[in-house]
Amino acid sequence: MTELLIESDRVEQQYWRDLWRYRELFLFFAWRDLLVRYKQTVVGISWTLIRPLLTMIILTVVFGRLGKMPAGGVPYPLLVLCGTLPWQFFSISMFEAGESLVANASMVSKVYFPRLVMTASKILINLVDFFVSFCFLAILMLWYRYVPHMAILFLPLFLLLMIGATLGVGLWVAALMVQYRDIRFIVPFVVQFGLYLSPVGYQSSVVPAKFRLLYSLNPMVGIIDGFRWCLLGTKEGIYLPGVAIAIVGVTLILVSGFWYFRKTERTFADII
Amino acid sequence: MPNHSFANSAKREAAITIENLGKKYHIGQQRAKDDGMRHVIESAVRTPLAWFRARRQERLKQVDFWALRGVSLEIKRGDVVGIIGGNGAGKSTLLKLLSRITVPTEGRIRIDGRVASLLEVGTGFHPELTGRENIFLNGAILGMSRSEILRKFDQIVEFAEIDEFLDTPVKRYSSGMYVRLAFAVAAHLDPEILIVDEVLAVGDASFQKKCLAQMGNIAGEGRTVVFVSHNVEAVRTLCQRVIWIKDGLLHRDGEAEEVIGDYFDNIIIEKVQAVTNRDFGLILEDVVLRNEHGEECREFKPGDDLTVEIHYDAQKSLERPYIILSISGNNGGCFAANMLLDGRRPEVLSGRGKLSCRFRSIPLYPQKYAVRICIRDGNGSDNIIPYQDAAYFSVACDLADYGYQGQFVGRAATSTPVVVPYEWHLPDGTIAPMSLEAASRVVTTR
Repeated sequence: MTELLIESDRVEQQYWRDLWRYRELFLFFAWRDLLVRYKQTVVGISWTLIRPLLTMIILTVVFGRLGKMPAGGVPYPLLVLCGTLPWQFFSISMFEAGESLVANASMVSKVYFPRLVMTASKILINLVDFFVSFCFLAILMLWYRYVPHMAILFLPLFLLLMIGATLGVGLWVAALMVQYRDIRFIVPFVVQFGLYLSPVGYQSSVVPAKFRLLYSLNPMVGIIDGFRWCLLGTKEGIYLPGVAIAIVGVTLILVSGFWYFRKTERTFADII
Repeated sequence: MPNHSFANSAKREAAITIENLGKKYHIGQQRAKDDGMRHVIESAVRTPLAWFRARRQERLKQVDFWALRGVSLEIKRGDVVGIIGGNGAGKSTLLKLLSRITVPTEGRIRIDGRVASLLEVGTGFHPELTGRENIFLNGAILGMSRSEILRKFDQIVEFAEIDEFLDTPVKRYSSGMYVRLAFAVAAHLDPEILIVDEVLAVGDASFQKKCLAQMGNIAGEGRTVVFVSHNVEAVRTLCQRVIWIKDGLLHRDGEAEEVIGDYFDNIIIEKVQAVTNRDFGLILEDVVLRNEHGEECREFKPGDDLTVEIHYDAQKSLERPYIILSISGNNGGCFAANMLLDGRRPEVLSGRGKLSCRFRSIPLYPQKYAVRICIRDGNGSDNIIPYQDAAYFSVACDLADYGYQGQFVGRAATSTPVVVPYEWHLPDGTIAPMSLEAASRVVTTR
């Protein structure tokens, strides 16, 4: 028998139990999005590949050909794709996670489930996209006859960091957007600037050494650098302070995002 | 069931215990939201001190509104409890608190058992997904596990009567099919405690009946049901106990018959609010009752003519709508004027206007009655204004004026209300005609 106590200040206790109870819903939401995502599109699932492919081509032309950025002995398209994948995962799923509550307002105000389930499921479905495009990266690496180094063993760490950062920011955005719809207009700007402030189209080694630490305050810098290092094993190795900052930063974002989401979650249905 | 050593036997019996429950809303919150973040940030950056001061004042200015306050009650396992009350009385707030959608400001609720709550049918239905997919999705949203849905899948499909459309996206469904499917999923929830809002106000009459029957089954199996409705009829059919919430407070709590009777007596003086359907651009502004002299009136005599006048504002022109007016007493529907049957519908409703229906010589006993209205679109399938109470009136008279001589004539107040003219043919040859028509009224000079 389950006993439930609802009080103004102690919903907390059941929360973890509820998250576990609603784990299937988490998968259902992701499954729904997967089914719906490419309905009534012509090329369907191919969009998963077209998006990073186009971005890769554009960035290769702009930074590699026109900008003549150093590639450190790596084919430039490969260099760019290694940055594009985590960046697109971050920007798209952060945006979708952010919209998740407002877009499903009727559900939020009519039925109970831990709202976290809905926001987090957006991360899951984009993770599927991420792995599909990751296969594309693998193929491209084969094409260039590029063999990864031992550093690839560290890839899971950076994957975790990437997911953590995305979930953390997504939680912040989702919770804030319930109260302030302005966020919807801010997010695209952040994504646009972020593309240039993160080493997506270039290597972070081109940033002057004295600014390197400041530059690394953006946790995506450490994450994207990490990806590149794991997959391509860039010559100069990894910039460790950047990774350290990324780990601390991601933890902070994740914990604070979770805290803020939980704090405001109880009023979502009232103000959405 | 684990043995709670701290709980005495009476406590274990309770499925839901509510103590001093209250929910407060800030009315000012709504306005502050419109300012948007730009304003908040800008003013905070420019003059931090003034901003803090302003925020404090704003907080003082905010009007606190208690949607619900000081509600304490206990619902025993197996009880079927109806909650009634006017618009904005706090019924829905209570349901939202019970179903954990929002958090109480004060007080506590203790719920013992697996709860399912249903505030809307078809929550989370996705138009692009097929019926089959939506059954799984909606079931999961309502708290069913995948295996549970699989087990009940065939029953759900059968109940919804949609088997040949199972793999059609629900956006291609008629609204009737949509509602049937949505309710079918909900009806197969298997909770110990079921919390239901006005979900029966949808679908056609026969399906509504089926839903009510299903709810009755759930209740019959000894499960606890909390049922909120405007439809007093449904509440009466299903519930033994009724709770009447008024102005956020628990007003009455008791036997269904008693509370509903009181509720009807009270509601008659209330004015029903305007109803709007934004999609169709139709506002039902007012429904006025008039007597045969054209005067606004709320109390009639048996045999009087009753004119129901509907004031509408059709912002988009509405072609050939169906309007249904029915008169229902506290024992159920009495009679109706139904364009679905008579087909005498208006060509078009556009702009502000009115139309009326005159019921001739209402053959009703002295009781309280509701005028219920429903407006459907030109296809007759979509509810523009779903069935709802639009006005109330009472019939009052001394039945002796109509030749009633019975010793128990007072029971007319709870009797079947409609009387067609009849006559007794007695063995001694006496013929006793009875009628509530105006002509049969003995005009007494008082």
